[in-house]
Amino acid sequence: MLSRPIIEARAIHKSFGPLKVLDGVDLVVAERELVFIIGPSGSGKSTLLRCLNRLEEPTSGHIVGDGIDVLARRTDINALRRRIGMVFQSFNLYPHMTALGNVAFALRRVVGLRRRDAEERARSALALVGLADKADAYPAQLSGGQQQRVAIARAVALEPRVMLFDEPTSALDPELVGSVLRVMRQLREGGMTMVVVSHEMEFARAAADRVLFMDGGRVIEQGPLDCLFGAPKSDRLRAFLRSLERH
Amino acid sequence: MSGWELFLFSFLNLRVMAEYLPSIAAGFLLTVQLAALIIASGLALALLLAVLRSLGSLVLSFAIVLFVDLFRAIPPLVLIVLLYFGLPNLGFTPSGFVCTWVVLALVLAAFAEEIVWAGILSVPKGQWEAARSTGLSFFTTLRCVVLPQALRLAIAPLTNRTIAITKGTALGSVVAVSEILAQASAGVSFSSNPSPLTLGALAYLVLFGPMVLLARRIERRFAWRH
Repeated sequence: MLSRPIIEARAIHKSFGPLKVLDGVDLVVAERELVFIIGPSGSGKSTLLRCLNRLEEPTSGHIVGDGIDVLARRTDINALRRRIGMVFQSFNLYPHMTALGNVAFALRRVVGLRRRDAEERARSALALVGLADKADAYPAQLSGGQQQRVAIARAVALEPRVMLFDEPTSALDPELVGSVLRVMRQLREGGMTMVVVSHEMEFARAAADRVLFMDGGRVIEQGPLDCLFGAPKSDRLRAFLRSLERH
Repeated sequence: MSGWELFLFSFLNLRVMAEYLPSIAAGFLLTVQLAALIIASGLALALLLAVLRSLGSLVLSFAIVLFVDLFRAIPPLVLIVLLYFGLPNLGFTPSGFVCTWVVLALVLAAFAEEIVWAGILSVPKGQWEAARSTGLSFFTTLRCVVLPQALRLAIAPLTNRTIAITKGTALGSVVAVSEILAQASAGVSFSSNPSPLTLGALAYLVLFGPMVLLARRIERRFAWRH
């Protein structure tokens, strides 16, 4: 039913010294699929995400991203990362560049576009996230929600095959979360393949094809959101869901 | 002569000053050249060392730290004298100018490397990750994303340190470099009047005054709001 996988990660292990963060995780993401990863903090969800574009080097395992062996020595990791967009919890915009500069920078330096072409594409990416009028603003002049949308535009402008979101709304004031989620919904409707680590259950309910519950470096349960939330099989997921309700 | 007249005669003696103006002007020009060489080569070396250190090689970092600690610990005058009087024994006879230049450039490089390195470390890891995640190479990230932020933080301590060490050109007077202080001292000896020293002080002011102003301009240029 689903087309070929964009991401195929098998038996991913990751240890930081004696600490086992990922303990044999499999993750397969099909084209146009939105996989939503939940789990308590320290469960390894962010580390899993960061292994997919090799910001973290897995201790062992195999990852194929868009048909390319991510972990192979001969793989041009920079060329691959261009096709795997990533959005971070703390936005990480370059403070010394304008919003336009932030988005256009990799277009010039990685894609090799000329200044004018890069800026044109950067402007349309900013328009996509509703910030066409903020092109000349510096990050410090933008709200958190606006900064995160610029960060999304920065990743989307490279026309990636898949987008990774690492708790994209966790650092935002509640009233700014909506604007970021709207942009993510819009990307989703445009057919973008997405892997999202987040606690925004409303978003998961509305947009996720599949939910993964992680704990202790393993995938404990996965499936459609209704199955997982309606009939959790494991005690750990039940405990996690109870902890969410308390908020 | 009253006390005031005596002071004027000793330190602001216009006749003596006029007489030694040409030689102090010559010393001024030499000092400018020496300072320019020290600053250019010292800061370039500092940047190179900081970049090498960011590569994360243990051996390389150790060597750099060793160099930095050595040149921060030993007084520059000791190094200048050592080079000037020691190297001839090994068959090299560098001029006092070259000795002063090399030593002060190395000392400046040692201090400035630490400042730039601290700046690099202070740039949040997320900046590296964001840049690398868009496919930018290590060096492009370092040059265009990390260094501009690192140097912005480094610029004030860097200019301070640069000025402090460049003033060490006066140490060249010990090894026969005819810079400002050497010329002024010679003037004092020949005229038996300290006024050439006043002229020398003015010459240093003319040299380093603009440097302080330039530093302020650079600081302003690098400022952006966080």
